[in-house]
Amino acid sequence: MTGNLVDIPLEYYLVLSGILFACGVAGFLIKRNLITIFMSIELMLNGVNLSFVAFATYWKALSGQVFVFFVMVVAAAEAAVGLAIIIAVFRTRETLNPDRVNLLKL
Amino acid sequence: MVHLVLFIIFGVICVAGAVNLLVQRHPIDSALSLVVVMGALAGLYLLLGAEFLAAIQVIVYAGAVMVLFVFTIMLLNAGMEERTRGSKVALMFGAPGLVIGSVLLAWILLQSKPSVRPVGVGSLYGSARTIGHLLFKDFLLPFEITSVLILIAIMGAVVLARRESQ
Repeated sequence: MTGNLVDIPLEYYLVLSGILFACGVAGFLIKRNLITIFMSIELMLNGVNLSFVAFATYWKALSGQVFVFFVMVVAAAEAAVGLAIIIAVFRTRETLNPDRVNLLKL
Repeated sequence: MVHLVLFIIFGVICVAGAVNLLVQRHPIDSALSLVVVMGALAGLYLLLGAEFLAAIQVIVYAGAVMVLFVFTIMLLNAGMEERTRGSKVALMFGAPGLVIGSVLLAWILLQSKPSVRPVGVGSLYGSARTIGHLLFKDFLLPFEITSVLILIAIMGAVVLARRESQ
């Protein structure tokens, strides 16, 4: 699998990754639904993963891809726990709007 | 050339899905656009030669995690997102912060030298075999700790989502 070098500059991947991350941050800030906010966090993780894989190919270091593997595993665990927390919040507050979840104690 | 075209196609799909996630007001529409983003990212990983990661991306992310999201949305019967008025403080600090951040980012991008060499497609080949070798040799301890983490996450999810019974 050597040769066949194709001219995709590293910056293209980094800019795309930055756009995805920025969309995630914007969603995290402007969305008014706990589940969508959580999805924005996943979007940010995906943006970072893309730059990891691009750098792994750029530096020819496979450990970058292994790191992405670990990020995915932790994201999956985080999604399970986070959604369970959202379910628990919804049971007690009956709302998914984070503006109405403003009391520590009911 | 064909790789550049593929990159542009997948990149446009990615950005369109991400923007659609922001625009849609029903969570299920946002979830489906996130699936689109993840599928396109899997294509990009394939383009970078990370075939194992592309498979994992589709199976774990677009499959398992997003099914979890969709199940939660349906379980909670989440409706349209409510519109609330943004806070004044956020507008006061957010708008200048956005301008400063973009200017800073553009300046850094303009200052930086272009990368020494393009990302060579096929120069690195992340097959399941090589990744597996690396995982079970160099990264054995993190890999085992990850299994403990997942066990704890399972128990945490069960405990948190359980209905309280008096």
